[in-house]
Amino acid sequence: MAVDNRPSNITVNCKAHLLEVDIIGDWLLDSQIPDLDLILAQFGDGTQFKKLVFSTESLGRWDSLLMTELIKLISYSEEKGISVDTKTLPSGIQGLLGLVFAVPERAGVRRQSIHISWLEIVGNSGLRLQSDVNALIVFIGNLTLSVFAFFRGKAHFRWVDLWRNVQDCGPSALPIITLISLLVGLILAFVGSVQLSLFGAQLYIADLVGLGMSREMGGLMTAVIMSGRTGAAYAAQLGTMQVNNEIDALETMGFDPMEFLVLPRVLALIFVMPLLCLYADLMGIIGGALVTVNFFEVSLVEYINRTINAIHMLDLSVGVFKCAVFGVLIALSGCMRGMQCGRSASEVGDATTSAVVTGIVFIVIADSLMTIICNRLGI
Amino acid sequence: MNSPCLSIKNMTMAYGNFIIQRDLDFTINRGDIFVIMGASGCGKSTLLMHLIGLHRPMSGDVFYGEESLWQADYKDRQRLLRQTGVLFQSGALLSSMTLAENVALPLTEHTRLGAQRIRQLVSYKLALVGLAGFEDYYPAELSGGMQKRAGLARAMALDPKILFFDEPSAGLDPVSAKLLDDLIRSLRDHLGATIVIVTHELASIFAIGTYSVFLDMETKTMIASGPPKQLLAESRDPKVLRFLTRGASESSNISAIKRQGHEIL
Ligand SMILES: Nc1ncnc2c1ncn2[C@@H]1O[C@H](COP(=O)(O)OP(=O)(O)OP(=O)(O)O)[C@@H](O)[C@H]1O
Ligand SMILES: [Mg+2]
Repeated sequence: MAVDNRPSNITVNCKAHLLEVDIIGDWLLDSQIPDLDLILAQFGDGTQFKKLVFSTESLGRWDSLLMTELIKLISYSEEKGISVDTKTLPSGIQGLLGLVFAVPERAGVRRQSIHISWLEIVGNSGLRLQSDVNALIVFIGNLTLSVFAFFRGKAHFRWVDLWRNVQDCGPSALPIITLISLLVGLILAFVGSVQLSLFGAQLYIADLVGLGMSREMGGLMTAVIMSGRTGAAYAAQLGTMQVNNEIDALETMGFDPMEFLVLPRVLALIFVMPLLCLYADLMGIIGGALVTVNFFEVSLVEYINRTINAIHMLDLSVGVFKCAVFGVLIALSGCMRGMQCGRSASEVGDATTSAVVTGIVFIVIADSLMTIICNRLGI
Repeated sequence: MNSPCLSIKNMTMAYGNFIIQRDLDFTINRGDIFVIMGASGCGKSTLLMHLIGLHRPMSGDVFYGEESLWQADYKDRQRLLRQTGVLFQSGALLSSMTLAENVALPLTEHTRLGAQRIRQLVSYKLALVGLAGFEDYYPAELSGGMQKRAGLARAMALDPKILFFDEPSAGLDPVSAKLLDDLIRSLRDHLGATIVIVTHELASIFAIGTYSVFLDMETKTMIASGPPKQLLAESRDPKVLRFLTRGASESSNISAIKRQGHEIL
């Protein structure tokens, strides 16, 4: 719409105690307007005036821009104790001004921006660490209680939820676990072959891959994958429920979110992780076999025999047990971050990120601890 | 005053194959405060989605003035929609931004105003809806009704020519609802805006509505249109009357119903 705007202007005349403001031209969002502060500044402190009147004979079109200037002018007058006469303004402006001042600003709602020194930031993050640890302990406590309730048959949750969670984190995760474990087995075989073939001991690649996968890598890789896949999903699901007040709603309906939401997720992961771990072990061994049989003159039968001899039940159990522990940790960090989520979309993102980070940190720490313990006990 | 601003021509709306409303045909004139009425779930919010370009009609079209909304290409549609402001039923404030940032968003995006100026405009819009001083609050820190009003401030940010409000007064106390009615009327009277509003608030339908349509859930089409007061006075359709009299018309005696209706007014 190319209607030419008339230039906007404002002239202020003072007659003794009277301040007369003349508003001229079009006042639209894209117009150039004079600086009101400069104009007002020429009247010194302004307290000599008693009354402010408007004249708007030559006012053209106007929109919110004019309103903001008028509000500025009126606030200025109130500050200086000048009484404002708005009766000569067009009735539309009077109506809008009426609405603006209809609900006066409540005292104390406006927020001051405060400067925070770095010392305070350091202190705050220390305090936050402490409260994080506290929250973790409380969460573990609550979870333990609901696990007890579950074993006494008193936990309120829907078996459908448990079943759906098992499906979500079990069968649907198989493709990615297949891919990663095959590749890890393959890599182990290649890395081992470099040394072992120096001594003509290629056959021992089977030992290396079998033990490596079953004791350590199968469980660890499964855990890392599931942390990114399922831990993140848990945090996002619970976080979104938190944002939509769904968790509050559950609580008012008499459900304990811990039992209703967290328990089925934790149980599902504990149940599924050992199975996934065994599957990953198998895939890793197949990956190792692919390399060894194809590149190092070892027959498939020899490889299988060697593998069966190398892996003992104990090795498998240690791997599976570790993986179950990882499952608990992943579910714990995912659900905890989800439940702690704030009330906005970006906080759901933060919750998901920190669920994965926390999960992986927990996994690595737990793995090192368990490896050291196994080593000391000679398992 | 009586030039058509929005025309809905023979429009049928559906989610997939599930038809919500069919054969809608009505015109919204410039300067109208146009009320869309109907039972909960009959498709009022869906109709708004179709009017503001978020959902393509199954058949039929929407015209902004003379220009078709759904025949237009993406760019033209954006241009047509630039003159509209929308308040969603759920408020739909961006939860990771403060109120000031929410309201300023369309201003920073679509105008070249300076930061200082935008801040003043934002304060003004928030004051208009009675939220002076709440600039730095996040939506989650406000009550439901306050979020609704903040959404209203955001819808008005660019002084749009056409405003769509989905249940603006739901969740407001009677006094705020009355101020909101005043605001809607000022927007229409003094800024020349056209206002399309979905509401169940009988008092405000009769107080500010200049024209209305009634969508019916069973027959899946509009069964009445006209100024609300005239509908109450002249309509013979029991569904419409029951709505406009708060269900007081269970009795079949139409004149008794009308009497009750006028008591409400
Ligand atoms: N995204 C969707 N997909 C499928 N169906 C939907 C969708 N959104 C709404 N519906 C259906 O369309 C119908 C109309 O919904 P709509 O939200 O438009 O109702 P409404 O008239 O605004 O109701 P209310 O007054 O309660 O807000 C409802 O029956 C609803 O089930
Ligand atoms: Mg709706």
